[in-house]
Amino acid sequence: MTEKPVSQGQLIWRRFRRHKLGALGGMIIALLMLLTLFAHFIAPYDYATQRRRFAFAPPTKIHFFDKDGRLSWPFVYGLSRARDPRGVRWVYRENTDQVYPIKFFVKGDPYKLFWLIPTDIHLFGTGERDPNSPGQIFLFGTDDVGRDLFSRTLIGGWVSLSIGPLALAISLTLAIVFGGISGYFGGGWDNFIQRMIEVLNSFPGLPLLLALAAILPPGLPPAISFLLIIMILSILGWGGTARTLRGLFLVLREQEFALAAKAMGASNARIIFKHLLPNTLSYLIVSATLGIPGLILAEASLSFLGFGIRDPMTSWGQLLNQFTDSTITNLTYHPWLMIPGFFIIVAVLAFNFMGDALRDATDPFSVQGR
Amino acid sequence: MDDKVLLSVRNLQTHFELRRGVFGRAGVVRAVDGVSFDLRHGEAIAVVGESGCGKSTLARTILGLYRPTKGTVLFAGRPLDGDLRWYRAQIGYVQQDPYGALPPFMDVHRILTEPLVINNFKGDREQRIREVLEEVKLTPVEDFVHKFPHQLSGGQQQRLVIARAMILKPKFIVADEPVSMLDASVRVEILELLRGLQSSHNLSVIYITHDLSTVRYFTERIFVMYAGKIIEKAPVTELLKNPLHPYTQALLAAIPDPDPQNAVTMKKIPPGEPPSLVNPPSGCRFHPRCPAFIAGLCDQETPPEFEPSAGHCVECWLYR
Repeated sequence: MTEKPVSQGQLIWRRFRRHKLGALGGMIIALLMLLTLFAHFIAPYDYATQRRRFAFAPPTKIHFFDKDGRLSWPFVYGLSRARDPRGVRWVYRENTDQVYPIKFFVKGDPYKLFWLIPTDIHLFGTGERDPNSPGQIFLFGTDDVGRDLFSRTLIGGWVSLSIGPLALAISLTLAIVFGGISGYFGGGWDNFIQRMIEVLNSFPGLPLLLALAAILPPGLPPAISFLLIIMILSILGWGGTARTLRGLFLVLREQEFALAAKAMGASNARIIFKHLLPNTLSYLIVSATLGIPGLILAEASLSFLGFGIRDPMTSWGQLLNQFTDSTITNLTYHPWLMIPGFFIIVAVLAFNFMGDALRDATDPFSVQGR
Repeated sequence: MDDKVLLSVRNLQTHFELRRGVFGRAGVVRAVDGVSFDLRHGEAIAVVGESGCGKSTLARTILGLYRPTKGTVLFAGRPLDGDLRWYRAQIGYVQQDPYGALPPFMDVHRILTEPLVINNFKGDREQRIREVLEEVKLTPVEDFVHKFPHQLSGGQQQRLVIARAMILKPKFIVADEPVSMLDASVRVEILELLRGLQSSHNLSVIYITHDLSTVRYFTERIFVMYAGKIIEKAPVTELLKNPLHPYTQALLAAIPDPDPQNAVTMKKIPPGEPPSLVNPPSGCRFHPRCPAFIAGLCDQETPPEFEPSAGHCVECWLYR
């Protein structure tokens, strides 16, 4: 009884931190979000700049010891390319005579920080503005036209990470409103909404997307196609969640506390949103965290179909999809092109761990001391 | 109309339609079927009856949670129809299962704030919450105000439900079996609390119960309900001493008493089961089980209300 009262938020936070994997997942997501938010600044190059002299360059090695084995300021050697003896591809060699120390806060490709502030300062780089200069730094290597994969991964990460939550926010809102009305009021509205969901769910998804891709003009600005993807994913995705919520509301509206709220004169909206909805929170959180990875993957498949993120604009899914045409060659000779896939896996796992921890943390019936 | 009457119920009927499939109608459940009574300011009445006799439906109809099929309810002379918001602030509802009645995601403070927000309470909310918690003896207030329902004991939960019912200073409280889910040791405390609140605030109370032994605590009149009808109304002592309706007599005889003789003799209880509310018996609804049944009358005609002695009403042909 002497225990200091704590708010529900504090309780959730306390339980969440105790969940080690979940906290790790949360930290990874926070880190990824930060990386992608400052992507243009951290990335040494612009996502669209091509350096054709350096197509399919492997990840650049960063050296801490010079030729004579002495410790030195980190640097890269100049990159020179030559034909493979068999003549099918370029191979890259380090030219140990050319030393390019890594510099911080260097001027490079211009960009807009937070899409607002125009600047050309990058966190690190070699400071070489000439695209043909041998002094390049490609942490994850380059793609077929010599674009830096590290820069593209960071900048594409913003698209991948924001599509999930944004599409989810819209589809959850739809699911809550329609599922709530359907379950709480029942009767005619319930019937109408359930039939609507059935119609929605009976659309064949893939052909529908293909048809949409065919209808929409190819020259759509990236921002518009980004928003369109979000709209499509959320409009196609709310049905299942709404169904489950309807079931939960059917049970909840019969609970004594719903009756108590009604007896004290609460409006239907208040009963639905303030008294009943919080009881579905743990379901919503699970559904959301399982939904985000699904949406990240859905965005990738949309991009693959040509409707969605298109070159030169990029996302993790789009980065992966660009090496589907010649998989075997790419896997053998350019394995670094799979690095964006690693980011997808990490993000998906992190969201799942975090969702698991949040579900435990929001459960009001869990014992405080555990 | 009598100035002192707070709640006036006339020929109240609440029926529920039974559905079969999408279109079929399987019948009508006559949960409350023709109930009339007056409740005066500051008066406490008990409604007793066995499970399924329509007590809770009566309570919820009076609370405005169910729309009556027929009949009228007047509160302070004003009929309950259309928008009931004016009425909500004047009534309190104490439910049977305190844990189920409290939203699990709200702490004590939120639970008590809700009625204040909904009914647009003018005045110091924090002050009022503190007052009402002190009134139901959830003290020291600081220890309770941020607790969640599951962190409270059953008795504390019921005190919180009562606090919620009282927070808008209602004139009238409906308590639907408020102690039947509680431990015997806590029951008396909760009943004492209700009685204290009733007398200090001059509350009108409808106390619904199936347990005659708790009735004496604070009520003045008892209504006995059977199959959707109130069959006998009388002041408490009068009813307990001199029950008129055969059903009431049987009910009183069924009160357990700690007599060693009970181990060897069986009590006489009316045969059969409470009637179906879908197809109630014709005439008097008790006649198939009644020991004093008059053939040709009880099974034909519904008995009207007789008043053999002042203030003691009974619906039974024996008193015609």
